[in-house]
Amino acid sequence: MKPAPFGYAKARSLDEAIGLLGQQPDGVKLLAGGQSLIATLNMRLSEPRLLVDINGLHELSGIRLDNDHLVIGAMTRQVEIERSADIARHAPLLAKALPHIAHPAIRNRGTIGGSIAFADPAAELPACLTALSAEIEIAGPSGKRTVRADDFFKGLFETALGPQDVLTAIRIPTALADHRCGFDEFARRLGDYAIVGLAATARANGAGLKDVRLAYFGVGATPVRASRAEVALAAGDLDKAVASLSGDIDPQDDVQENAAVKQHLAGVLLRRVAKQMTEARS
Amino acid sequence: MSSLQCDITLTVNGETIRETVEARKTLVDFLRDDLGLTGSHVGCEHGFCGACTVRLNGVIVRGCLTLAVQCDGAKVETIEGLSDTGECADLQTAFETRNALQCGFCTPGMLLTAQELLASDRVPSREAIREHLSGNYCRCTGYHAIVDAVEAVAKARAGSGT
Repeated sequence: MKPAPFGYAKARSLDEAIGLLGQQPDGVKLLAGGQSLIATLNMRLSEPRLLVDINGLHELSGIRLDNDHLVIGAMTRQVEIERSADIARHAPLLAKALPHIAHPAIRNRGTIGGSIAFADPAAELPACLTALSAEIEIAGPSGKRTVRADDFFKGLFETALGPQDVLTAIRIPTALADHRCGFDEFARRLGDYAIVGLAATARANGAGLKDVRLAYFGVGATPVRASRAEVALAAGDLDKAVASLSGDIDPQDDVQENAAVKQHLAGVLLRRVAKQMTEARS
Repeated sequence: MSSLQCDITLTVNGETIRETVEARKTLVDFLRDDLGLTGSHVGCEHGFCGACTVRLNGVIVRGCLTLAVQCDGAKVETIEGLSDTGECADLQTAFETRNALQCGFCTPGMLLTAQELLASDRVPSREAIREHLSGNYCRCTGYHAIVDAVEAVAKARAGSGT
């Protein structure tokens, strides 16, 4: 199908983008990489009156170190994150996850900020940011603010972003020597949305793990922390961690799989990801 | 400030183009309907099939997930351009000789995608070829012959030092 008619404005500054968002409440969408938005326009699942293109705002793009944080501009293309030496060193979880996100032609265009703001419950990046204790920087009409990833994802395709807010950057604590991470997912075809996926971080604690963060995706409306399994894994009891997933996540049937299969696959992923984290060497 | 119609200037296969386009028109529809470049195909129109793959400023993108209006000032290349310059002539020959196509609908997208892989990874493994082509559907061949063709060209290019 073809999109319904809409207006187009290319923002020349962040302030202009914020101003344009306020002109037509509910009828304006920001155009970042467009790899989800334009698909929804083509299918007429969304019919905005105006698209505000922020691809010209180069200040929103790039990866830099800010003391003990890695700062990734919202408009940084996924391919740049995939290939970045800084990401591989300071946020290796993202380097593991990126090849699972769609396909090369889509990663050339898709942005990290777009994926986070869209908040698809089966997408990789929201879960990664949750596992990484990332912070999300937002600019709006009343200024700038920062929201923790744990507080950012509110519901199905729903985030802490207000109607006039622009997601500007992601802040991730840089990985220390004892940082461990793991990532895996089940998908029908490499690059498809996950049936179930798991992004995890921890700190090495002798042969074991501590400060475990397990963020599942594809099992609920938002990334879901498996808090009971986190405690069990930190106590070194993998079997108990897998068993406790039934109290942590409550996947529903969807177009890809039924709930029982998803619940089973979540346990398989936990064993695989725990192995990645315990076998890793600094 | 905003408009349903926009004037754009871009280069397509090396030629400067000035057109007025509807904001809602996708790049692949612009190439096909306004410029008559029908080598890029319209399949699923939501990013799954890869038949609309074209190059935008040197990297492959989905022609159905990019708006023509976003290409103001950009450099666009299509299968017609790559065919004219002979950039992927060896891939085209290999696809033909190895029966890596039947109906040909996916072939332009496959060629652009394979050409990008071979530009960054001179002799990729068969697994890497499959991964890179994972976003391009072929409903005729079963992919095996396509992987064969890409692998053969990779080895031939590496062997001839080009």
